[in-house]
Amino acid sequence: MTTQAAEQLDRRAREALADLLLAMADDEFVLGFWDSEWTGIAPVLEEDVAFASLAQDEIGHAQALYRLLVDVEGRGDPDRIAFGRQPEEYRHARLLDHPRTDWAFSVARRFLYDTADAARLDALVASAFQPLAGLVAKMRREETYHLLHMHAWMERLANGGDEPRSRLVQALDRLWPDARCVLAGVDDAPLVAAGVLAEPLAAVEQRWLDGLAPVFERLALPFPTVAPPAGGCRGPQRSDDFLWLWEQFTMVYRSDPEATW
Amino acid sequence: MSGPATSVDVLAVWDALAEVPDPEIPVVSVVDLGIVHSVELDGERLRVELLPTFVGCPALDVIRDAVAARLAGMAAEVQVEMTFAEPWTSERITADGRRKLRESGFAPPGPGLKLREPEAPLFTAIATRPQATCPWCGSRDTELENPFGPTLCRAIFWCNRCRQPFEQFKAI
Repeated sequence: MTTQAAEQLDRRAREALADLLLAMADDEFVLGFWDSEWTGIAPVLEEDVAFASLAQDEIGHAQALYRLLVDVEGRGDPDRIAFGRQPEEYRHARLLDHPRTDWAFSVARRFLYDTADAARLDALVASAFQPLAGLVAKMRREETYHLLHMHAWMERLANGGDEPRSRLVQALDRLWPDARCVLAGVDDAPLVAAGVLAEPLAAVEQRWLDGLAPVFERLALPFPTVAPPAGGCRGPQRSDDFLWLWEQFTMVYRSDPEATW
Repeated sequence: MSGPATSVDVLAVWDALAEVPDPEIPVVSVVDLGIVHSVELDGERLRVELLPTFVGCPALDVIRDAVAARLAGMAAEVQVEMTFAEPWTSERITADGRRKLRESGFAPPGPGLKLREPEAPLFTAIATRPQATCPWCGSRDTELENPFGPTLCRAIFWCNRCRQPFEQFKAI
């Protein structure tokens, strides 16, 4: 059974849907702002352009997801949700708490995120909640370009000699535990029961890892079976780096929350 | 407009839409790009739904306002909305639109990024290699330089035959 209206879902499914939308939107929103930190200082001009476009895509996805969240909850304002919350209210995965660091780190983080997000979008494209299925169908087409671009960079760094390779390996070592947070931290059982999500997040995560393993094997990169961090995959505790980014991206909004743009 | 035939009025709406240029690539209209999802004319109420080419396209509001301005007065009430009811894909660009893109130096979107949703896992996209035909010399011996160009909908290619860069309207 499919539905256009969130009111047709039971209360628990509706609350879980709202939390899923907020988690996904915050993931895309925060990553988009980290991407934009490369504007003007990426290693080559093409990557300035690429990361600016990636940022624009992700913040666009976040905006569409915040709007959908407002429709589901029947109240609120997308801009206020995006910019008007305290840092501990954001629901993004811990993987997005790290700063951009060096180029290899940004590439590694993006590849881990994009591939996990791809598995999540696969599990939502036939969602019983039609407005989400429609938006996901559109987002998937854009994400194809993120995936092929980040994969090209993973190959370039992994096969690019000692320094790029060792920086990439170090970045992956630091990122693996927090990468396990992308497909976690959301109450998935009511979503699966209502047909909003095709399968439990644990199964989605297994698909993600099964897809990644051959790529990492081919590039001879570490593929550890590390557990996600104990507790706090999606807040409320946040890194100092995220607090800094939050200060930056909410600065204009906080200066006059009632302004009309 | 006068006369009772509403089908003629709907055609007039489509003719008007064909005059609204894309703000980023003005040689093509919103009809050429295939972003018009539906036109509904019900008495004095005209409702047009548009499909965003990219979710984060900053020109969406500009396009919606331009369409609303062009249609103003064609009915007592004119509504223009964006919808994700179906995904816009580059296959919706008309033959005329492709010709206009080519003539102004843009490679039209090629095939190669077909997502057979929902069956094909998105992850398999890492192996895709977008292709383009050089709009200057017609060669297919081209390489993707950067999947991200001056706007979200444009990619940068290099032609190995005439040794020039060119832009493609992305296959999506």
